[in-house]
Amino acid sequence: MARSDRPRLAVFKFASCDGCQLSLLDCEDELLSIAERLDIVHFPEASRRMLTGPYDIALVEGSITTAHDRERLTEIREQSGFLVSIGACATAGGLQAMRNFADVSDYARTVYPHPEYLSTLETSTPIADYVAVDYELHGCPVDKYQLLEVVLAFASGRRPQIARESVCMECKARGNVCVLVAQGQHCLGPITQAGCGALCPAYSRGCYGCFGVKEQAQVGPLIDHLRAHHGMTLSQARRSLRAYNPAAEPLQIIALQCDKDDVSGSKKGSGGHDG
Amino acid sequence: MLMQRWTPRDVQALINGLRTEGVRVLGPRVGDAAILYDEIETLPIGYGDEQAPGHYRLTAREDQSRFGYNLGPSTWKQFLFPPEEAIFRVQDGEFISCREQPERMAFLGVRACELAAISIQDQVFMGDFTDPGYASRRENLLLIAVNCSQASGNCFCASTGDGPAVGVGADLILTELRPEDPYYLVEAQTEAGQSMISAVGGPAAAPGEIDARDEALAATRLQMQREFATEGIAEALYAALDHPHWDAVAERCLACGNCTQVCPTCFCSSTREQVNPVSLEVTHMRRWESCFTADHSYLSGGVVRPSVKSRYRQWLTHKLAGWEQQFGVSGCTGCGRCVSWCPVGIDLTEEVAEIRRSV
Ligand code: SF4
Ligand code: SF4
Ligand code: SF4
Ligand code: SF4
Ligand code: SF4
Repeated sequence: MARSDRPRLAVFKFASCDGCQLSLLDCEDELLSIAERLDIVHFPEASRRMLTGPYDIALVEGSITTAHDRERLTEIREQSGFLVSIGACATAGGLQAMRNFADVSDYARTVYPHPEYLSTLETSTPIADYVAVDYELHGCPVDKYQLLEVVLAFASGRRPQIARESVCMECKARGNVCVLVAQGQHCLGPITQAGCGALCPAYSRGCYGCFGVKEQAQVGPLIDHLRAHHGMTLSQARRSLRAYNPAAEPLQIIALQCDKDDVSGSKKGSGGHDG
Repeated sequence: MLMQRWTPRDVQALINGLRTEGVRVLGPRVGDAAILYDEIETLPIGYGDEQAPGHYRLTAREDQSRFGYNLGPSTWKQFLFPPEEAIFRVQDGEFISCREQPERMAFLGVRACELAAISIQDQVFMGDFTDPGYASRRENLLLIAVNCSQASGNCFCASTGDGPAVGVGADLILTELRPEDPYYLVEAQTEAGQSMISAVGGPAAAPGEIDARDEALAATRLQMQREFATEGIAEALYAALDHPHWDAVAERCLACGNCTQVCPTCFCSSTREQVNPVSLEVTHMRRWESCFTADHSYLSGGVVRPSVKSRYRQWLTHKLAGWEQQFGVSGCTGCGRCVSWCPVGIDLTEEVAEIRRSV
């Protein structure tokens, strides 16, 4: 394809650790052929060549934490055909969204000698809270094969083939022994979207939920069960729900419920079974 | 029928003999905290399991038993109908089959409920329509079954009529007796089974030992804690599609799909085109699906079963009612896996009882 005919791909970063965009550089075997098929016109992590828009596909990493970011995002949206938000920060606030449940000025005072120089929003929120997003790719970080699938799909005008089912589906297909049932570990796999290949249970450890919520996530029933039968405390429940994807609504609702239970001192966790 | 009496050494000789002939012997292996089915060279000794809804623990037995466990999360279907399988690929406009020459396999330690499940999947994959991959693997298969000398806390094959005594369809049937110093009663159901017996040898069993087998099976039946009323179940479920109890289950069910993945009879799959990002070669992949996912009921324009309630109802009504219309048998052989491996311990026998109680 002539250089000018190829779809133009741009990669942008907001509040994030760079891990997701590095997944693209991590595609060692595939990167050259991707670069032939797409014109990578803006990817500061990879090249000093930074062209202006418009872009056919924009990959957006990171969450929105400053007023300036908000403006920059609006410009990117205007310049982009398809806008794909990638990773837990961009789709559900990321680790830094722990500020959403605390006083951000407290944090600033603890971390910085001169907090008065900071200009920051009270919250860390997903890209889709501000602009229209064409596709949200989950993961902390995203899976590089899923990222390739999404990029290739948008480049050829088809829908990405990404399952929205639970991690448990991959866990069973991989032949893992369920760590929740066989060891009583706390595992968020049943409410977490597949994509990682059930990595943690394959190493005998419960899923932390880094791939975000699956469709129809039954967060309340899982947490009730873990609390009633597997010794999960309220603070463990809250911490696990507010770790990687704190702004995801189904997690927020149950985390808030935990706050209320804590205040009322009630020992919740009914309706479960023996086990 | 003639019965042979084998020692553990004879069972090992059977494994060795099959392996020498190039047969892949699949059987129990101690994995991460559970018994798994995998390629084996020998049988694990002295393992059991403790099972309850949503609960499984691998346990150590104080004896020399080789089959003292019941069922783990593995099913034999993983070898006949693998979780993921390449069907064909497209290269430069040519369609190329990905089917491989099937290996000869022997399943060692197939329980009664599992044998019944294999015969159900035979109907699914080799009935009105033949799945060539499944059929080629199935035709090259030896089935070495085991009568259960104990039941797990979640077994209910006596209620479904599929166990604990091994029914028809096995090549060889073993019964393990006297677990502290085990010996095996061995019966052949087919010529292939007969030649396995001839290859190993061993003395004929005494008449008293045949009684010992029947006593062991009777004790296993008595051990089963779950009962499941199967008569009229299809009509009862179809009459109860609006029963309020479906809402109650949906408040606990995670729609995670574990129950369908561990069920030895569930056969749903979906296909997708896997694109190689470098060569752009496309491979048509088939993988296990579940009626608990949204994609399972995605038709043009939307998801037919969006709610957890509708998905749980689909699983139970298909398994226990729709199956009878499709295949003339129930889709449940009472193995109890869906009860054990449901992360929140939902027990289909209890749910059905609840739904039937107040219709
Ligand atoms: S280990 Fe976790 S992800 Fe795997 S099946 Fe169990 S609950 Fe699901
Ligand atoms: S429905 Fe449950 S008990 Fe019945 S065969 Fe399937 S997994 Fe076993
Ligand atoms: S119960 Fe569900 S997953 Fe199992 S065969 Fe029926 S529709 Fe498929
Ligand atoms: S369900 Fe029956 S045949 Fe199957 S393992 Fe349990 S006792 Fe044995
Ligand atoms: S019944 Fe249990 S295993 Fe099945 S989908 Fe619901 S929670 Fe998962």
